[in-house]
Amino acid sequence: MEHVPEDRHIFYQVLTRKITMLIVIVSFFPMLLTTGILFSRFNGAYADKVRAHISELVQKHTQNIDTFLAEKTGNIRFMAQNFNPRQQSAEAFLKQNLALLKKEYGDVFTDVGLVDDKGIQFAYEGPFNLKNADYSSAQWFLMAQDQSVYISDVFAGLRGHPHFIIAVHLQGQDSHYILRSTINFGAFNSLVENIHLGKTGMAFIVNARGSLQTQTHVDLLPEVIQSVPKPKDFNDKATVFIKKEDNTGREYVCVAAMFKNIDWMMVFHQDLDDAFRDLQSTKWLTLSIFTLGCIAIVFVAFALPRNIVHLLSSADKKSEVMNRQVVESGKLATIGELAAGIAHEINNPVAIMVEEAGWIEDLLEEEDLKQCENLDEFTRALRQINTQGRRCKEITHKLLSFARKTDSTINDVQVNDSIREIVSLTGQMARYNNVIIETRLNEGIPYIRISPSELQQVILNLINNAIDAMEKTGGTISIETKISHIENKHLVIVIQDNGPGIPRDNLARIFDPFFTTKPVGKGTGLGLSICYGIIEKMNGKIDVQSEVGAGTKFRIWIPFQEIEEQTT
Amino acid sequence: MKQINLLMVDDEKGFLDTIIKRLKKRDVNVSGVYSGKEALAFLDKNKNVEVVILDVKMPGMDGMETLIEIKKQCPLVEVIMLTGHATVETAIDGMKMGAFDYLMKPCDINVLISKVEEAVAKKKAHEDKITEARIKEITQRMA
Repeated sequence: MEHVPEDRHIFYQVLTRKITMLIVIVSFFPMLLTTGILFSRFNGAYADKVRAHISELVQKHTQNIDTFLAEKTGNIRFMAQNFNPRQQSAEAFLKQNLALLKKEYGDVFTDVGLVDDKGIQFAYEGPFNLKNADYSSAQWFLMAQDQSVYISDVFAGLRGHPHFIIAVHLQGQDSHYILRSTINFGAFNSLVENIHLGKTGMAFIVNARGSLQTQTHVDLLPEVIQSVPKPKDFNDKATVFIKKEDNTGREYVCVAAMFKNIDWMMVFHQDLDDAFRDLQSTKWLTLSIFTLGCIAIVFVAFALPRNIVHLLSSADKKSEVMNRQVVESGKLATIGELAAGIAHEINNPVAIMVEEAGWIEDLLEEEDLKQCENLDEFTRALRQINTQGRRCKEITHKLLSFARKTDSTINDVQVNDSIREIVSLTGQMARYNNVIIETRLNEGIPYIRISPSELQQVILNLINNAIDAMEKTGGTISIETKISHIENKHLVIVIQDNGPGIPRDNLARIFDPFFTTKPVGKGTGLGLSICYGIIEKMNGKIDVQSEVGAGTKFRIWIPFQEIEEQTT
Repeated sequence: MKQINLLMVDDEKGFLDTIIKRLKKRDVNVSGVYSGKEALAFLDKNKNVEVVILDVKMPGMDGMETLIEIKKQCPLVEVIMLTGHATVETAIDGMKMGAFDYLMKPCDINVLISKVEEAVAKKKAHEDKITEARIKEITQRMA
């Protein structure tokens, strides 16, 4: 039973593989798809959010700075319009106004000065001694000639400090001046410096020529500054978002916004990894969940089919055993019907033969044959015919009993008595074959309700088989009866010989009908299968153990009822 | 001893013929027929038949049917069922239907005769009782 046929084995393997494939396909692809789609959607949405956030930040600060510049320019223009050289000296005017501005705005304005059309600063108020300084060749002065209001780029200037200048034209009666004011670079710079995001997010301002207008904490690579968007990139949009890689391989994002009042540009710069840090961690989380999912699927895909196939194979085995049993009992039933038919058909001719023999006997009584010298022989022969006829009757009776169609009358039977009877019957034959029959009959065993003739048939059959097996060698048959320790409420009959034993191949088939190892004509192959049928009918069990060269042991278990139960 | 009037019914000709010869030799007035129908016809003609030995398994009208008919036709005739092994149940059913006993084939001639004698004795006792009852009835009427 343990042995699984090769084709079954292959079938199980194929089945396992198919289920595994199915599980992998059915669970893997949806998971892959779901994870992929969700992640890419999330990726897009999150990138949009980050982009919008940075753009908004940049826009807001750009507006702030725009406002700042507009306000400061306004202040200077307002101051310029108030200047009347007839009422007030230039010096006094500057002093008064700078004091007002400082009072109002703190340290934003460093100094103020009036410069004539030749570039000489004829009046100055501030911490430096810049009276009569010559600005005729200064960049801002030249630029300011054409515009009523001019805001310079940041430059070191005469003082060597970075600063920038707001210059306003002031139209006098005979000539025109320029009112210039220096804006504290520190105050301006702090507006931009305050823009921080993450670890690497920072902002700076560049002018139209791409030179830096603010100080930064980190040294920016020149090509980063060079790569900021050009004004033409904006296309009427408030901000421009670009993604680039510097020559060290680090990716970064760059968000730029133009100022309204000046051709400067606010640029926000951040490492890509830093900007999308949350996205990155989500990516890792997704990946690890995905990996765990894959492992789980693979585990299930391999463990589950194996389990299923295991269950299937054990169910198969069970059904195979059941099938065999069905086939076995079917075989026995068929044999039974056949036997009944044959027995019945034989019975009538035998009856006739016996009658005819009886008739001859009758005739012998009266004829003159009484003087015949062979009379005794005649009588003996006739008696023999009678005896053999009766034997035929016994045989047919047994066959019919096997077929369960006769009165196998059930009685309370003492197994030991039955066995003694059979042993005495077979004793002669056993001695003839040099076989000794030993009995170890336990007196304590209870009566059982069975057909005594059937039990005798079984035991007789087993003893005959044992004698046949030891025909040449001689040996010992031991018969033992006792109450079973293995089965509850069963008694066991053990019939053991020390004959040649049964080869392993035959052992499984000995209860099969028509299986015989005896030469043709010697055995029908029905004996043990009939025994099997009888014991089954008694709700008992029969089994066999045999070892070649050591002997054979048959064990029969028959259920008994307790005495109390019998009386009820 | 008075000769017994016996009828044997069996479809097995060889068996029937031999056993009739043997019974006749033993001074039994025995007749044989080969089917249930013939048996009924025979009984109709020969009212002196005391015992019928009836094979259970016969083609056409089988033993049971024949038994029922016999018991209808002549209730006082005793019937012994004769059977192969497979039909013991039928024989027992037959006994429930009023058959006297059953015999198994092949049967010893002496056993058969003793069964028949028992049947005759039973029939006799039965008939005596009936006669007695009749006499009683008549005497009562006369009284």
